[in-house]
Amino acid sequence: MAKKEREFDTVNDGSHAIRKFTIGDFLIIFILVILCLTCILPFIHLAAKSVSSNTAVMQKSVVLWPKGFNVDAYKSIFQDGTLVHSFLYSVEVVLIFTALGMITCTCAAYPLSRKRLKGRAFLTVILMIPMYFSAGLIPTYLLYKDLNLLNTMWVLILPLIYSSYNMLIMKNYFQSSIPDSLEEAAFLDGANNFQILFRIVLPLSLPIIATLSLFYAVGRWNSYADNKYYITREGLKMIQYKLYQLVASATEAQTATLSEAIEVTSTPEVLQAACIMFATIPIICVYPFLQKYFVKGVMVGAVKG
Amino acid sequence: MSVRSVKAPSLRERTTWKKAIRRDWHLYVLLLLPVALVILFNYAAYPGLRMVFMDYKPAKGYDGSKWVGWETFAKVFRDKDFIRALKNSITFNLLDLLVSFPTPIILALMLNELRFPRFKKVTQTILYLPHFLSWVIIGAVAYQLFKPSTGIVNVLMMKWGWISEGIPFLTEKGHWAATYLLIGVWQGMGWGTIIYLAAITGISGELYEAAMIDGASRMQRIWHITLPGIRSTIVVLLIMNLGRLMGSNFERLDVFANTQVRDYQYQLAIYVYEKGLASSKFSMATAVGLFQSLVGLILVLISDRFAKALGEDGLL
Repeated sequence: MAKKEREFDTVNDGSHAIRKFTIGDFLIIFILVILCLTCILPFIHLAAKSVSSNTAVMQKSVVLWPKGFNVDAYKSIFQDGTLVHSFLYSVEVVLIFTALGMITCTCAAYPLSRKRLKGRAFLTVILMIPMYFSAGLIPTYLLYKDLNLLNTMWVLILPLIYSSYNMLIMKNYFQSSIPDSLEEAAFLDGANNFQILFRIVLPLSLPIIATLSLFYAVGRWNSYADNKYYITREGLKMIQYKLYQLVASATEAQTATLSEAIEVTSTPEVLQAACIMFATIPIICVYPFLQKYFVKGVMVGAVKG
Repeated sequence: MSVRSVKAPSLRERTTWKKAIRRDWHLYVLLLLPVALVILFNYAAYPGLRMVFMDYKPAKGYDGSKWVGWETFAKVFRDKDFIRALKNSITFNLLDLLVSFPTPIILALMLNELRFPRFKKVTQTILYLPHFLSWVIIGAVAYQLFKPSTGIVNVLMMKWGWISEGIPFLTEKGHWAATYLLIGVWQGMGWGTIIYLAAITGISGELYEAAMIDGASRMQRIWHITLPGIRSTIVVLLIMNLGRLMGSNFERLDVFANTQVRDYQYQLAIYVYEKGLASSKFSMATAVGLFQSLVGLILVLISDRFAKALGEDGLL
């Protein structure tokens, strides 16, 4: 744990002073730059396309810089409103999901991290089995149908707010980062379990709370399969599924259609690019700030409890 | 990193249930929520698995449908679609492992050799990007870039005279397979380095200094110090990946679906979805799902044993 500070900052071979810049260094930098470009350029290209004129795109002359700059495609997206609605709805789902998810996660992880808890092994097994064995799509689908969850927002939230994986990470963190002695001292001073949880354990666990909240939020934001399985009402579809219907499924026909009511001047090509950027820009804007928390989560997850 | 060995004897020796509940009822109350959720949304679905022994008809429900014994499984294993999906799943998972597993290791070694901390940090941040993107976005972007006549990749290659006509990256099955696998590599390469880089920091710097003094070249240092230093990490991750050989990622396959590539794209997750939700052959789809879950479970158990036999931590 003491090494954590320098984990990603320094070369670990104690040779800075004597090494010269070699052909090997050059090759490594060259390869890494190429790989980085494959991560960035596609998005710059699409961004450029989304604000270019129809003719420039049709002539295939747009590469990384827009030609015939205009924002008509984005205007149509906002006039049409379905993607915007879906975006806001997704934000709502993600917020509710993350809040409930963290509550559930804490409710499971804290008790199971207390070694004196009677029945701990049994309860842990109960809560871990779903991670290793799932009933599969169809029985699950029929169950949600019986529970009247199909075509509701809650089918996207409730079944997933308990996650064995996140629970394990949180439990490991509680066990390895909060000394037992601290808790025992509080116990002897007459604090009860709730007071210990809220006054001692949670305030000391803010880093892992941030990390897991982001795991929950990004996971929910990105997945769409459950939308496809359980939702048929347009208004309840999250943005990823909307995007899927607009672009990913339209390979051959290339028909990116917003609603018929509004006048769309952009060609499908430009409109698709704009739709993709509309759904991608939020993630690209926030991920540089989030990634360090994610890295932390991976590290804690790698330490078994 | 286990803290289990440190016990608090005063609190844990031979408590009766009565005492335990009186002392820790708060904790049991907290546990009610997650336990209720798994019972309601996971365990409650298990009885539905009995339909693999039935000829389940949605209109008749569990009570009205006929029991048929092992007939469903016999039907599944005679089903050409299933055989094809199974073959494709295993083939693609193996290929995926072959190309996606080594990449993060190589990348981590390269990042570790970088001497400019600033540059390294920026590189890492950029390489993490694909991990944060959904398969829908990745799929949509890929279709835009790789379209045979209008995609920028083909347009540029034709302009530069490398090719005379557009390559059907995602619309011909051979090309599709390669593109699909490479996009998988691209998506996971940066993120996968995290765990290896962490393992590398655990290697003592003195080893490198000693090797430098002895005149070891960079490749020798990587080969004789860095790689052996992260061997156990590599082994554990490899075993974990072997445990996933039967899995298949529905979203990744679904976003790259089109009629021309169905021969390869048709894998178990797609089979279950199409037979089940799309054409209401519920019993067959469930049987395949169950088969997949069970084999997956067995693979995980074997992997765990294997890891432990090698003296590693194991996964369970």
